[in-house]
Amino acid sequence: MADPMRIRANMAGDKVEVRVLMAHEMETGQRKDASGALVPAHFIQNVTVSCAGRTVLSAQWGTSISKNPFMHFRFKGGKPGDKVTISWADNKGERRTDEAVIAGG
Amino acid sequence: MNGIMKSPGLPALLLAAALPCICLAQQETQKEIERYRQLLAEGNPADLYEARGEELWKTKRGPKNASLQQCDLGLGPGVVRGAFARLPRWFPDTDRVEDLESRIVTCMVSLQGFKREEAIRNPFSAPGRPSDLEALASYVAGESKGMKLAAPLSHPKEIDAFRIGEQLFYRRAGPYDFACVSCHGDNGKRIRLQELPKLTDPNDARKIFTTWPAYRVSQGAVRTMQHRLYDCYWQMRHPQMDYASEASIALEVFMAKYASGGEIQAPGLKR
Amino acid sequence: MKRLPLVVLAALAGCASGPSDDEARARAEQVFRESFTHGNRQMAARVDQQDEVQALCTRYRNEAPQDVADRIGSAAAAGIRYPASGKFLGDWRQGERIAQDGYGLRFTDADTKRPNGGGCYNCHRIAPAEISYGTIGPSLYRFGALRGTGEPVQRYVYGKIYDSQAFLACSHMPRFGKNGVLTEEQITHLVALLLDPESPVNK
Repeated sequence: MADPMRIRANMAGDKVEVRVLMAHEMETGQRKDASGALVPAHFIQNVTVSCAGRTVLSAQWGTSISKNPFMHFRFKGGKPGDKVTISWADNKGERRTDEAVIAGG
Repeated sequence: MNGIMKSPGLPALLLAAALPCICLAQQETQKEIERYRQLLAEGNPADLYEARGEELWKTKRGPKNASLQQCDLGLGPGVVRGAFARLPRWFPDTDRVEDLESRIVTCMVSLQGFKREEAIRNPFSAPGRPSDLEALASYVAGESKGMKLAAPLSHPKEIDAFRIGEQLFYRRAGPYDFACVSCHGDNGKRIRLQELPKLTDPNDARKIFTTWPAYRVSQGAVRTMQHRLYDCYWQMRHPQMDYASEASIALEVFMAKYASGGEIQAPGLKR
Repeated sequence: MKRLPLVVLAALAGCASGPSDDEARARAEQVFRESFTHGNRQMAARVDQQDEVQALCTRYRNEAPQDVADRIGSAAAAGIRYPASGKFLGDWRQGERIAQDGYGLRFTDADTKRPNGGGCYNCHRIAPAEISYGTIGPSLYRFGALRGTGEPVQRYVYGKIYDSQAFLACSHMPRFGKNGVLTEEQITHLVALLLDPESPVNK
């Protein structure tokens, strides 16, 4: 199982500000290893962020996203104490879900 | 002195006009690189390494099934906070000057029962092959973030290490005739677009030495000072330096003296 | 932390000459040899032993006294092997490739058939289109346009790349010809890069 995401969520005015760092190799499938063989593609394909039962962000990623992706975004409709849940799924079927509580503004 | 003022002539005037333009262009490049770095700084993947390092530190491992929590990094057994700011230093139990990595290895051997060869088997991570040492170094270094570097330089072995490091810093060798000083001996120079600190100038050393260990985007990993030296010698057309070798620690003691008083920013973020 | 004794303070003052410096250097040589024991043995053999110029420039921290600098300079000049054909100007297009290429002589450069690069852009500004240039060495942009492109300048540039210390004792610049990094032909391509009137360096 992949290493946990590091998530920080806090209020910024009337919006929730989220920073998330994901641990993932994000192999493009183009890189060659030391023996000259192609390293198979292994990358996050879908990211979903939800809060209070609502999807607030949905992303489809490809191989141009670099290793250990970092995302920073804001959304409306959350308040301190709510949970922000972030899930990703990659092209090999691996998944990871982590959550964080929104800190006061 | 001849009292007549000669006109500088057109070529000199053109050169004088061109110089500020060249300087401005260089400054613009630097500003943009700096802005890019600030944007990246918020999502430093080194955070992931620190978290893993902390977990490794507290986990029972090795033949003795013990954690590293009793490791003495210089401030007493179990004290991690602030220890990195006092490294490298002499340690009575090994009677050697040790840096961050070599001291972690010492503790892995003495507390956890690992053989030294096993502990240093994977010092630098590769894709799909994470290095415990990089994670542990990130954690320990991060526990000194914001503190001022104050590596001691009083024990005879510390002073000896300094003098050896000083000699090594100037040692020219190999097909390129390079020494550390070849790239790190002047202010305001760069290799390609990478700025180079003058390591014997505290103004540069205090700002740069303290940014290691750091997540290197080009490497996709946290790299430590051990890797930095290993990588320097690679570019200097030298062979692979032994991990945590006496030469590496001597060079670190030398650099730490000039960087003394600098604020620890590790783990940092670099290209 | 206890105060440093006076003798230690004096030792730390870092004099560039004197018996304690020689002693430190001998110790450092031993430490150096003992710190490169697991890697490429051939490369280790080469760096374990400094040649005379490297040892002198190390000892004087690249600021040799005049008599030493003169000896280094004249020995270097005498050692330059100029092309037997007398032709200094190669192909500037190949010169640009050599100047861009940093390959060669690193412990990961396994392909022995591939020619070494010169890595010139690491330290120098050269052709205007390349903005990713270093500043360890002076800018070479418009070198031929400013200095002339005739035979004497060609001979100078060839010699400078072959052994920079013929012109500046303890120069930071690698002795590309003397140390066998670049071939005679490769150096002529670099001369052309700097001096061919058609080279982008001079346009």
